[in-house]
Amino acid sequence: MTHCPECEAEITVQDLMVGEITYCPDCSAELEVLRLEPPAVALAPQVEEDWGE
Amino acid sequence: MVRLAILTSRIRVEEKLLIEALRQRSIAFDIIDDGELLLDLSHPDERWHAYDAVLCRSMSQSRGLTVLHVLEHWGVRVCNAATVTATCNDKLLTTLALLRGGIPTPRTLLAFDSQVTINGIEMLGYPVVLKPITGSWGRLLARINDRDAAEAVIEHQETLGSYQHHVHYVQEHIAKPQRDIRAFVVGDRTICAIYRTSEHWVTNTARGAVASNCPVTPDLDSLCVRAAQAVGGGILAIDVLEDPQCGLLINEINATMEFRNSIAPTGVDIPNVMLDYILSGVREEAVR
Repeated sequence: MTHCPECEAEITVQDLMVGEITYCPDCSAELEVLRLEPPAVALAPQVEEDWGE
Repeated sequence: MVRLAILTSRIRVEEKLLIEALRQRSIAFDIIDDGELLLDLSHPDERWHAYDAVLCRSMSQSRGLTVLHVLEHWGVRVCNAATVTATCNDKLLTTLALLRGGIPTPRTLLAFDSQVTINGIEMLGYPVVLKPITGSWGRLLARINDRDAAEAVIEHQETLGSYQHHVHYVQEHIAKPQRDIRAFVVGDRTICAIYRTSEHWVTNTARGAVASNCPVTPDLDSLCVRAAQAVGGGILAIDVLEDPQCGLLINEINATMEFRNSIAPTGVDIPNVMLDYILSGVREEAVR
């Protein structure tokens, strides 16, 4: 378990992968999984101009 | 034993589906985050040669293309090829490749000066579509219905945009029937297609369009395979417009296709078909 960098709510990364996006259940912040052990998340980067297909 | 690498910026649904397919087939693989790479251009990192192929799934088009160029330079097999990806990432290069291949595509003008651009727009007749040459997910597309809108959008492009937005790519507006077609070409066949239906004129699923199955007719298959070949071929998503007068027109081609919304309506296991294609390429090279 880790905490949301925005609101400090508890965040679990169970069943997630590094690089995957999850959402804070309390504040809905978009979070990127940085590490599974020990768990770490960060606010996901905003969409860049060159992102896409 | 085959070993693949998947280059990613972020793990999306598509990457998870590919990973699941690799695991089910017991194929060894590594996930490589493009953000962690440091590429010493004159000293190839030998770890890349441990892979029989590298599949580019970077969400960042600039990062993905950069890595593809370097890996090809180092002799690493990649999918899609750098030249294919470069062409698809750039709407101008895509249009030129389609024209070179004799593939029907909407009429497109290119201009640099704002007044010359407006003259071109009025030569085509309103409405027209203004697009940035690079970009995806339907971002910054503008349907221009009159001169006021043309002047405003062009001024915004020139004032707020990067230099890439100062090249004005103007396309005739196609009166499509509230939908377009997204066809998936893998190698030399169109494996499936969807209609993307929306009340909005932009029909990207990233912008809320609804996906439903589109039968792959021989005409659609032939056109899409020819379009894929025109940009160099590989694993490609082809956007097709239905013009009431001219029939099917190729609009854009995507080299790092998203397919999460297309498996259920089509019933086609897209990630496994992608892997079949990559593995067959690896086997062919091994035979040579």
